Amino acid sequence: MMTGRRRRRRKMNRFLGWGCAWLAAGLVLFCLTDMVGTVLLRGLESFHWRVLWTTTSGSSGGLANALLGTLWLVAISVAMAAPLGILGGVYTAEFAGQRTARVIRFTAEILSGVPSIVIGYFAYLLMVLTWGWGFSALAGGISLTVIMLPYILRSTEASLQQVPLTLREAAWGLGMTRFQTIRYVVVKPAMAGMATGVLLAVAIAMGETAPLLYTAGWSTMNPSLQLTHQPVGYLTYIVYKYIEMPFPDAHALAYSAALVLLMVVLLLNVAVRLVVGHAFVPRFSRGRYRDRKTTEGLGERRGKSSANAVGFDCGRRRVDTEAGRL
Amino acid sequence: MQKASSVAKTIDRAFHVAAGIAASSPVVFLAGIVTIVVIQAMPSIRFNGWHFLTSLTWNIGNVYGGLEHEHGVTAASGASFGSRVFIVGTLASSVIALLMAVPVSLLTAVVLAYRTRGALRAILSTLVELLAGIPSVVIGLWGMTVLTPWISTQLGPLLSRVGGVIPYLRGPVGTGMGLLASGCVLAVMTIPIITATTRDLLLQVPTLYREGGIGLGMTDWEVVRHICFPCIREGFIGAVALGFGRAMGETMAVLMVSGNAVNLLPQNLYSPTSTMAAFVADQLDSALTDASKMAVHALSELALLLMVLTVATNLAARRLVSLGRRRQWRTGVDAR
Repeated sequence: MMTGRRRRRRKMNRFLGWGCAWLAAGLVLFCLTDMVGTVLLRGLESFHWRVLWTTTSGSSGGLANALLGTLWLVAISVAMAAPLGILGGVYTAEFAGQRTARVIRFTAEILSGVPSIVIGYFAYLLMVLTWGWGFSALAGGISLTVIMLPYILRSTEASLQQVPLTLREAAWGLGMTRFQTIRYVVVKPAMAGMATGVLLAVAIAMGETAPLLYTAGWSTMNPSLQLTHQPVGYLTYIVYKYIEMPFPDAHALAYSAALVLLMVVLLLNVAVRLVVGHAFVPRFSRGRYRDRKTTEGLGERRGKSSANAVGFDCGRRRVDTEAGRL
Repeated sequence: MQKASSVAKTIDRAFHVAAGIAASSPVVFLAGIVTIVVIQAMPSIRFNGWHFLTSLTWNIGNVYGGLEHEHGVTAASGASFGSRVFIVGTLASSVIALLMAVPVSLLTAVVLAYRTRGALRAILSTLVELLAGIPSVVIGLWGMTVLTPWISTQLGPLLSRVGGVIPYLRGPVGTGMGLLASGCVLAVMTIPIITATTRDLLLQVPTLYREGGIGLGMTDWEVVRHICFPCIREGFIGAVALGFGRAMGETMAVLMVSGNAVNLLPQNLYSPTSTMAAFVADQLDSALTDASKMAVHALSELALLLMVLTVATNLAARRLVSLGRRRQWRTGVDAR
């Protein structure tokens, strides 16, 4: 009798537990679909191809200036963050001793934990006020750089550490210098992982608002090539400001901007995961490295030292989101 | 041959130096941020003292009136900078977010780790990661146009009726913009972080442990509840702390749904509020109008406070997560 009741209770608990678990998963999926669905629906209602080539005027108009401004800001920041991040990642993975590598990794982690508004405010204090650049593309680009840098650095380092040590040893055995080894041997298999890092960092930078409010300002004109003393518009500003205006035109514009932004960011995310993720796996198993198990094992052993800093892990097509949003 | 090799050596050395310089850039940026923010916060620290942490009023003073000198620094007359409202708002909205996000993400991670496999798991995991990739303004937009009306017309009245006994759940619901809405958008933003980390932790629990539980006659739920959850405890707490740090530093989504309260502590779950990050973003105009520049310095102090809080939380979180990851799994029988 006793056991029967207990069994029933345990069964109940089981159903209750898994029920709640599926409910939670459903809730998360519902939030995602509701969010994307809302933006898609209202965005498509108000979207017109015209907005892509007219500039904003007053509470209506188009998105051309913001679109170009976002591209311009992202271009500036990628031009700075990609070389710094990739070279920094190469240094951390290939040159640095254990202690130096730990220090760099640690700083990158702290830097990625600094709230984006603080980074924006720092750029405002230093560049906009102290250096007198005013609201400008360069100030905005630099604050985006600070946001992208730790992410690119860590993803580069992580993908380099996936490359088995034996490849390096073979190259060194042929008399290659370290640079030649990196340039001709190590970078190739790690390329996809590095590209993933850069592209995902671009997706993050495109969606940022807080660091730009204080640095890029806002302009209804198309961006010029002038780096300082000229404010730039950007897409996220329209979403943020125009939805708070009381006019239907402004709302329509905000939804269009959100639609464009969301589509670009989601497409980048999905495409990177689909294309690069698949392209990366066969590269390791193709012909040259016949014994895949061995190379993987070595890769793992090499990667161990930084197991906690590894933002993602290309071999297994898993992109750790914590690194993505930090 | 000899010549080429010497060229190669030079290139190698140059590359080494360039990479080293690039690798030091995070250190340079971090040092730059800390130095600039601290230097710019100094006048405000001297002007406000501890008052900054305890006072409720944030008033940049009469910008057209005279200037006032105190403790050797100048501010607009009547200026008073107190950040208690924002500290309370930041902590309260983040805690509310975690109250919602922790159970949801733990359970979602369990589903991802143990109830799905193959293509379904890949798709669901990617969807959760996509949620993390959605720009915060878009989440704020959703919060403004979908969430706050829902809170104001449905959830708020329901909560205040059901939970009327608890003082914080009662009260006028208003527009829906406020603490609860901020907590909700923050929860949406922290769920993917906590879920992804927890799923990885759950996948690392040795199969032998779970098989042992099943062998003892536990139901699959009991295995999760009594074996897997205790195994991932440290890592999970770390993941939650990571989410907490993230929630405290989040700006745009909160700015759009919080109602931007100034000089007012939240009275109930629905009252307008503001967080440190959102307030800094919101105060651009006042910073520009203050002739004495004290508003700029005070915002700088607020940013400094925010940075200290989030960085400390993040460091603690990372320590916990890596403790959880590095945990040695001892198995009774050698699995191999």
